[in-house]
Amino acid sequence: MTNLKRTPLFPEYEKHGAKTIDFGGWAMPVQFSGIKKEHEATRTTAGLFDVSHMGEIVVEGKDSEAFLQSMLTNDIAKLQPNKAQYSLMCYENGGTVDDLIVYKIKDNDYLLVVNASNTDKDFDWLVKHKQGDVHISNVSLDYVQVAIQGPKAEQILQTLTDTVLEEIKFFNFRSDVSFTGIQHKAIVSRTGYTGEDGFEIYIDADSGQQLWNTILQAGEPEGLHPIGLGARDTLRFEATLPLYGQEIDEEITPIEAGLGFAVKVDKTSDFIGKKVLLQQKQKGPKRKLVGIEMIEKGIPRHGYHVFSEDKEIGVITTGTQSPTLQKNIGLALIDSKFAEEGQELIVHVRKKKLRAIVVSTPFYKRS
Amino acid sequence: MNLPKDLRYSEEHEWVKEEGDKVRIGITEHAQSELGDIVFVELPEVGDEVEADEPFGSVESVKTVSELYAPVSGKVVEVNEELDDSPEFVNESPYEKAWMIVVEPSDRSQLDDLMTADQYKEMIEEE
Repeated sequence: MTNLKRTPLFPEYEKHGAKTIDFGGWAMPVQFSGIKKEHEATRTTAGLFDVSHMGEIVVEGKDSEAFLQSMLTNDIAKLQPNKAQYSLMCYENGGTVDDLIVYKIKDNDYLLVVNASNTDKDFDWLVKHKQGDVHISNVSLDYVQVAIQGPKAEQILQTLTDTVLEEIKFFNFRSDVSFTGIQHKAIVSRTGYTGEDGFEIYIDADSGQQLWNTILQAGEPEGLHPIGLGARDTLRFEATLPLYGQEIDEEITPIEAGLGFAVKVDKTSDFIGKKVLLQQKQKGPKRKLVGIEMIEKGIPRHGYHVFSEDKEIGVITTGTQSPTLQKNIGLALIDSKFAEEGQELIVHVRKKKLRAIVVSTPFYKRS
Repeated sequence: MNLPKDLRYSEEHEWVKEEGDKVRIGITEHAQSELGDIVFVELPEVGDEVEADEPFGSVESVKTVSELYAPVSGKVVEVNEELDDSPEFVNESPYEKAWMIVVEPSDRSQLDDLMTADQYKEMIEEE
């Protein structure tokens, strides 16, 4: 693990007993106290995540809005400053380059937050298609990104800032937030990847460790725990939030993955992939992402094949035993003909053929 | 690291306890700690034959599936059914509550190939 990249928070992992793994070339904590415990802490109190491996790309210049409209599937025309939006970039064939969040800092000044392992690919893709007065820069190493998620996230974070967090609504952000004892200002958005309420915070890399420790100290009496990527994955999976490389990839379109809400085929400007995505929206895709629950004992896993009787109809994209629901569930990309709720399927769990049923998603929705 | 002296250990992180003409088998504390929270244990049935160094079942954590390798060949005479409902025993009590199977070895000389606690300790420290 010597050649792996490290986030500025790497030295903190050990203090909390982390087990680190290679995650897309980064040495990241997969767990601290244990995936199930961390998962539960995030659902019931709050969790703190180092997500500094995520990529940040700035797009600015007077043609930025028009340029991004041609690159992204969602519509940023009506996006106001201090608001963020989930979006995707696609290839001409509709396959997905990446999913991302666009932060509109001000007119023609955007911050794109992209998946760690796709950062270079996304940057190159944007640069390759650059048009007009647009400046694109990869600023990933300038930022530490931490997420605080869970029912007590706001209460904990509020003790450290004068900014009224309650006023930052879902998918809104502020870029001038000061935290107790930290000189530099941070971007704080009410966003996340867990299905819980919470915030994502971007601060300059040098302030990162101080921010991490300040939040942890303030939150520990309330039950705040550091959370690794293992629980981050089970949390996002229960909330049915897609993971690039599993639910979406260069062969899977956002429509197939059930992300049609972020594909605005009616927006005025053309965008890459529109032709295929429009067709899939109108006619319905040939395959669809569905939730499944095992009827027979066994855990579905990424890559397991799915059958209807003897006919192979698709594949599991993510599966595990849900820590919250205590059920063996999965997401499966299958032939749309078999995607109705209540449809029985067969999952090949290594040597066994086990029965499963299509269920509604998200698996978990906070009350 | 808890490594009882009266057990023998395999390279695949199983422990073996001799009980008369039978052996009891489970996975080590080190193995469960590496795997994390165990959520599912799949075991053979009484009467099945297992073969040394071949998979006889699997354990699944939240994130991964790992095969269980038989340390000796023989016939399965007992299976720990409790692990069906309480897979967490593997984390909580790997040497006691989470024994997995009892086997009647067909070739007792295979037991001599297993490691002592000290040898196993040395092996995992080198990993």
